Amino acid sequence: MAQVVVVTSGKGGVGKTTTSAALGAALAQTGERVAVVDFAGLRNLDLVMGAERRVVYDLIYVTQGTVKLSQALIRDKRLETLYLLAASQTRDKDALTDEGVAKVIAELRETFDWVICDSPAGIERGSTLAMRHADVAVVVTNPEVSSVRDSDRIIGLLDAKTDSARGEHMDKHLLITRYNPVRAGRGDMLNVDDVIDILSLPLLGIIPESDEVLRASNLGSPVTINNPKSAPARAYSDAARRLMGEDIPMDFPTDRSGIFSKLFGRKAA
Amino acid sequence: MSWFMPFRRRKSASVARERLQILLTHERGADNHSNLIPLLREEVLAAVAKYVTVDVDKVQVKIDRGKEISLLEIDIEIPCDPEPSSLKRRDRTSRAARSQRLAVSSAH
Ligand SMILES: Nc1ncnc2c1ncn2[C@@H]1O[C@H](COP(=O)(O)OP(=O)(O)OP(=O)(O)O)[C@@H](O)[C@H]1O
Ligand SMILES: [Mg+2]
Repeated sequence: MAQVVVVTSGKGGVGKTTTSAALGAALAQTGERVAVVDFAGLRNLDLVMGAERRVVYDLIYVTQGTVKLSQALIRDKRLETLYLLAASQTRDKDALTDEGVAKVIAELRETFDWVICDSPAGIERGSTLAMRHADVAVVVTNPEVSSVRDSDRIIGLLDAKTDSARGEHMDKHLLITRYNPVRAGRGDMLNVDDVIDILSLPLLGIIPESDEVLRASNLGSPVTINNPKSAPARAYSDAARRLMGEDIPMDFPTDRSGIFSKLFGRKAA
Repeated sequence: MSWFMPFRRRKSASVARERLQILLTHERGADNHSNLIPLLREEVLAAVAKYVTVDVDKVQVKIDRGKEISLLEIDIEIPCDPEPSSLKRRDRTSRAARSQRLAVSSAH
């Protein structure tokens, strides 16, 4: 049965697009059929996934029925079960209607095991549209006061905006990203336990702050594909397996600026 | 000590730079503003439709935007038994359907 996941946040720039690409690729790496859909206001996911040169049709073409879903889906060049549906770059955002989105999501459900919806921050139109049709929400939060506050607001919204016809509450998970073990060690960053405590959502994973994420986006490859052994990739892969229902112990990112890193002048990955 | 890191870093940054240059050239250029791809698709389809029945849902349009040239692929599925008899003989050899691929290169 297909699962529709909305990747959301209250505050912008916390790592939703990075997460959508990395989780989508991690799920596809286990053989699941995955469609990653860009609901964001500005097209970005195609760049992070390295498909920007191949976009012909976007989500709006499909919701409006101009082309078939299969004509707009872009297949990943590295993983054959991974597909992308790009966001509209220039066209009127109001063209994205609730009925249109409902139709596309229903059709995606038939073909894929997972539909990962990247969405804009906060209460933008694309965000609430994607939420309404999702079964699962991944609330991306940085361990930082304004991000936690805005996450709290989006969690309230998630319950309000969920398709009431389904008559059930949305399954919500907390994903902490850009976690910096060095700052945490110094006591300069909100503690993971405190964030969980404040937001009271089950924890899907803790993604460390890492240059690997930047490198992967430079190359146009989700971090889970670009460097599967890196700390952020492993954290994303674990999160993906938790989404699949596996019981994976939480790996707490630690400060690894030990002898190896010092020798090579490397920051903690 | 850290001789290889700056090198590695420059590598991913230079890939990023090149990707952006290609993308922005296209986004600022003709193939973005004049709706070149939908237009080409329509005209090519119209030309093919003069001879065979084309199911627009079976048309796949792909593009690969490059630095010097872009590759536009229009895959049109043509049924085995097209109407005009002139095409019949040639197409008998095909199985379920034939796919005609058309590549258009555009310089930048
Ligand atoms: N774990 C991480 N380590 C280091 N940098 C990260 C990490 N996660 C995300 N980033 C960086 O943070 C920036 C914002 O990430 P991203 O675009 O994924 O956020 P977003 O929530 O989608 O933003 P928006 O709300 O604008 O859509 C990017 O430059 C990205 O490379
Ligand atoms: Mg984003």
